[in-house]
Formats: sequence, structure tokens, C-alpha cells
Amino acid sequence: MLSNAIDELVFYFTNFAFVRYALIVGVLIALCASLIGVTLVLKRFSFIGQGLSNVAFGTIAVATAIGLVSERLSTVMNLTNNLILVLPVTVGASILLLRTSQNAKINGDAAIAMISVGTLAVGYLIMNLFPKSANLSGDVCTTLFGAMSILTLTMTDVWICAGLSVLVIAVFCLFYHKIFSVTFDQDFATATGTKAKTYNLILAIVIGVIIVLAINLVGTLLISALVIFPALTAMRLFKTFLSVTICSCIAAVTCAALGIVISILSGTPVGSTIVTVNIGVFGVFWVVSLVKRRFA
Amino acid sequence: MNKQLTCQDLTLGYDGKTVLGGVTFEVNAGDYLCIVGENGSGKSTLMKTLLRLKTPMSGKISGGEGLKANEIGYLPQQTVVQKDFPASVREVVRSGCLNRRGLRPYYTRAEKQLAEENMQKLGIDKIAKRCYRELSGGQQQRTLLARALCATRKILLLDEPAAGLDPQATADMYALIADLNQSGTSIIMVSHDVAAFLKYATHVLHVGEQKMLFFGTKADYLTSDVGEKYAGGENNAE
Repeated sequence: MLSNAIDELVFYFTNFAFVRYALIVGVLIALCASLIGVTLVLKRFSFIGQGLSNVAFGTIAVATAIGLVSERLSTVMNLTNNLILVLPVTVGASILLLRTSQNAKINGDAAIAMISVGTLAVGYLIMNLFPKSANLSGDVCTTLFGAMSILTLTMTDVWICAGLSVLVIAVFCLFYHKIFSVTFDQDFATATGTKAKTYNLILAIVIGVIIVLAINLVGTLLISALVIFPALTAMRLFKTFLSVTICSCIAAVTCAALGIVISILSGTPVGSTIVTVNIGVFGVFWVVSLVKRRFA
Repeated sequence: MNKQLTCQDLTLGYDGKTVLGGVTFEVNAGDYLCIVGENGSGKSTLMKTLLRLKTPMSGKISGGEGLKANEIGYLPQQTVVQKDFPASVREVVRSGCLNRRGLRPYYTRAEKQLAEENMQKLGIDKIAKRCYRELSGGQQQRTLLARALCATRKILLLDEPAAGLDPQATADMYALIADLNQSGTSIIMVSHDVAAFLKYATHVLHVGEQKMLFFGTKADYLTSDVGEKYAGGENNAE
């Protein structure tokens, strides 16, 4: 049974480029999302991914409506084509959201909730007013849950995705200590001369990029899961910033690879399979931490 | 006298509303200045302004002998974020070195050494690998103080350094701060603890009723009207 599955997998992997693409892109996106996730969870911005992904959903709808997306891909979900409009808008919204979260006037969570549901509603409305294909609910479902779009990636998509991922990872590695400092204590960082605002801006841009990348993998509704689950999983057992970061990367990569493999073998939707694997791993870590505490 | 910080006629406030006005004082090298006043009198706002986290509505802060932003050490009050933050003591202390690094991504050996020395000085080198959130209040404050020392040796701003500590930890904390002051670090402290400032402070800045009520040496303060009322009154109450 198991060897059959492995044979099947090897067959898919060697014979179909789209399987390789899906794995590469999936793992890279999950890795980036988990890197940023640690900071977002600790800064109490867990929900920002959700808000931004809904902004991206609205933007995709608009992009589809004004025909920016080529006829060739009426599936709405092609990464390369959507990037031109969706990426700048999402990054812009990300900067705006992080900034409002810091001002006390509109509460951060209220601002996110407002933008989140607002763009979702308007996006769906636009999709209904300007349907691109006969299968409207199919389009909407694809955008929300990712569906199989990750299995239709082109070579260009893979390169763009790989390039952006490398950029995100490089930014994170170079600014690792500053990100720690700004996350742990923004006032101290600012007071002692670290430009916290600049790093928050970098963070906002990176978050926006990751969200747009992740839409392809899990769809707009499930993105938050990719961002928060690995970080929360790692925090069950690890207690330093470095170990939490490393563990959440490993957990994210493992879950993404496992989820994609399972979904290919059993034909389940990619996004929800990955998220379910994430939930499972979180559960295991949680139980282990409980047991550890009991016997500590 | 070696001036480190001069404030001239500062007015502080939010959204055009004045919280505190007419603040003029200076800090010289080696001073131990206590900022006292009622809750809501603008002490924390003043602190944030000194740290350049806020801009004053009017007035001027100058650094004197070329005191730059990266020569200020700061011991903030604990934030909610820190209560469940996964970080080791060493990670927190080292982050104090960040300000002198510019864009260099990683710590140098000298900076790591500095962090170790400061942890030894504050007696937390034995718990360097422990998780910050699992420490006692006193140990957490020492960790943050060690971090502040990594940022500077010239001037430290402390916001209620003994808040939430038990009496023994409080006494230890004040003794540590007094030691640092003795070895040449200027201290600016916001505190409710009258006993502590009577014992250690050299200068007093009293704020209330939206203005500066007193600035001067401790000796002058204790004979002034406002000082007698505040320090004397609280002493009798104890």
C-alpha cells in the first residue's frame, strides 16, 4: 500500500513538471509565510493576513473586471497576470494596515475587520456584475480556496515565485536581529536609534508580497493558516526566538510538502489539505507540550 | 559641568491639548534625576519626549556634549507583547547592541562580549539561556537593564523600574541603579517610590497641574513648599 503510493508519487514527480513546480512553489511560499508569521503572531497582528488576502480578493475581482487578466486564463488565478495590479495594491494595503494598527484612533483589529469584509463584499459584487466565465461560483471558489490552481503553474510563475521568495528570505536573514528588536520592544528600538518605522515598512511590504504569493497555493480564505499555524506550533515547545523561527520554518516546509503530496495522491484540494496537515502538527505539538508540563 | 541633556521650555501634549508645559531642566554627567508627580501628570509623556518617541509641541531638547539618540539607554515598563514572547535572556540583552551596528546584519565578537559582561554585572549570566517570559519580575527587569547598558553607559532613562517587584527585588533593583550611577552613568528615573528617591536622587523634577512645579537639587526640594508636601506627606503616611 505504502510502496504503491511512493511508486505513484515518483511516477508523478518524474513525469509531470507541474507536480515538481507545485512542490517547489508550495514549499517556498510556506517557508516565507512561516518566517513572517512568527513576527506577526508576536506583534498581535495574526489577523492581518486575513485582511490582506481579502484585499487581494477584491483586487483580483477588479483586475478581472477591467480585463487586465488575459482571456487566455479566465480562471482568474494566474499568478503572473495578476501580479501587476494585485501586488502593489496588497502591499499598499499592508502598509496602511500596519500603520493604522499603531495609531490608536481606529483600533487595529477594527480596521482590519473593516477592510477585510469590505473588500470581500465588493469583490464578490464586482465578480457578479462582470462575470468572466459561465462558471461564476467556480471562479469564486477557486479564488477563495485555491483549488487546483497550484497544479497549473507555468515556468514563469515558478521563476517569479522563486525570485520573490528568495528576496523575502534574504530580507529576513539580513534584518533578523532588527526584526527581533522591533518586535520585542519597538519603543526601546526607536529610542536607542533603530529606525523602527523603516523596519515596519519593510515588514509590511514583505507581508503583502507573501500574501499575494500564497493566494495561488491556498486561496485567499486560508492564507492566515499558513502564516500563523507554524509559528503557534513552534511556540508550544520552543522558548527562544531563534529556535521558534527555525522550528516554524521546518514545520511549515514539512506540512506544505506533505499536504501537496497527499492532495496529489488522493485528489483532495491542495490548500485545505495543507492547512489540515498544519492543524494536525499543531495538535501533536500541543499535546506534547501538555505532557511535558505535566511531568516537568 | 558636563551637560548631557538640556530641555528648554518644553510643552507636551496630544492633539493640540497641553498635558504639561514650561518644563526646563538640565542633566549633567553623573546626575541622578527623579521625575515625580501624580498619575496622569505627564511623566511618561515627558519620558517619551526625552527619548524622541514623541515630538514636543514647543520648546527644545538638546543633547549637550554631542549626546546622540544611540547613546541613550532605556528601561521601559513591560508591555503586553513581552509577557508571552519566546526569547532567551541572552537574545534580549544582545538586542541592546543593535543601535551601534548600522546596517551590519550580525553581532560582532566585541558586542557579544559586551552583552556577556553586562549579564555578569547584573547577575543574570547564569540564566542566559532561560526563557524571558518564565523569569521572575526582578530577573526580567535585570534583563532589560542589561539590555539598556548594552545600548549606552552615558545616560539611562528608567520608567518605574520597580513596578510590580516584591520588596526585596525592589531594594536590589535600586541598589543596582545606584551602583551604575556611582560608576558614572547618569540616571533619569520616573518613580512613585518616595523612599527610593529620598535615598538616591541628586536632583528632582516635580510635575503637576499641567506644569513644572519644581526643578533643582534634592536638598533644595526638601525645603521647598511642594517638596515638603509631597515627600514629607508621604513619609508621614507610611
